[in-house]
Amino acid sequence: MLDTALWISLALILMALMLNVYRMTVGPSMPDRLLALDTMYVNSIALIVLMGLWLNSKTYFEAALLIAMLGFISTVAVCKYLLRGDIIE
Amino acid sequence: MNWYVFLEGLISVLLIAGGAFAFIGSLGMAHLRDFYMRLHGPTKATTLGIGCMLSASMIYFGVTKGEPVMQEMLITLFLFITAPVSAHLLAKTGLHLKLKYADKTRGCPDEIHTEDVGEKPVLHPDKGH
Repeated sequence: MLDTALWISLALILMALMLNVYRMTVGPSMPDRLLALDTMYVNSIALIVLMGLWLNSKTYFEAALLIAMLGFISTVAVCKYLLRGDIIE
Repeated sequence: MNWYVFLEGLISVLLIAGGAFAFIGSLGMAHLRDFYMRLHGPTKATTLGIGCMLSASMIYFGVTKGEPVMQEMLITLFLFITAPVSAHLLAKTGLHLKLKYADKTRGCPDEIHTEDVGEKPVLHPDKGH
């Protein structure tokens, strides 16, 4: 039962990542691409959690924590750049 | 024996629900017409999906390894704190760049500016002038 659920969830997350790549490539404006990149961070965290469940090890969850922190910080930095024209004033 | 079957079913349901919510959020972001509409999908549905998935991982590793699950708690807390902040900053960026919005989008953000600057006093509807 758990294997089937893992495969279904993996397929859904991969389709979500493909849709994010589509929006990041096509997206008409800069905040659209930024939103797609921020969603890609969250979906990659879900992918790492699935890999941890598949391999039965908790080794990679620190990498997920790092992706969460750096994704938030980079999103805020690019937003500040688009808002103010500078990151640290 | 029966307890483990129940826990496996719970973990499977949480995994499939998490994947479905993440997919629905990304589908909304790819499909809707407007930046202000597209902002709704990832900020709500994807956050709920990753919360479901991390809960499934928390239950699994809490049952099989018997250790306290610290990393998933930290990731969940951090994502649930930072998702509204980044959504707020993205909405501010979209308003600052004056992105076009579809006719169905309510609020009409460009009309706010004349009252915000205060060029003329805003008439109060109750005072009668």
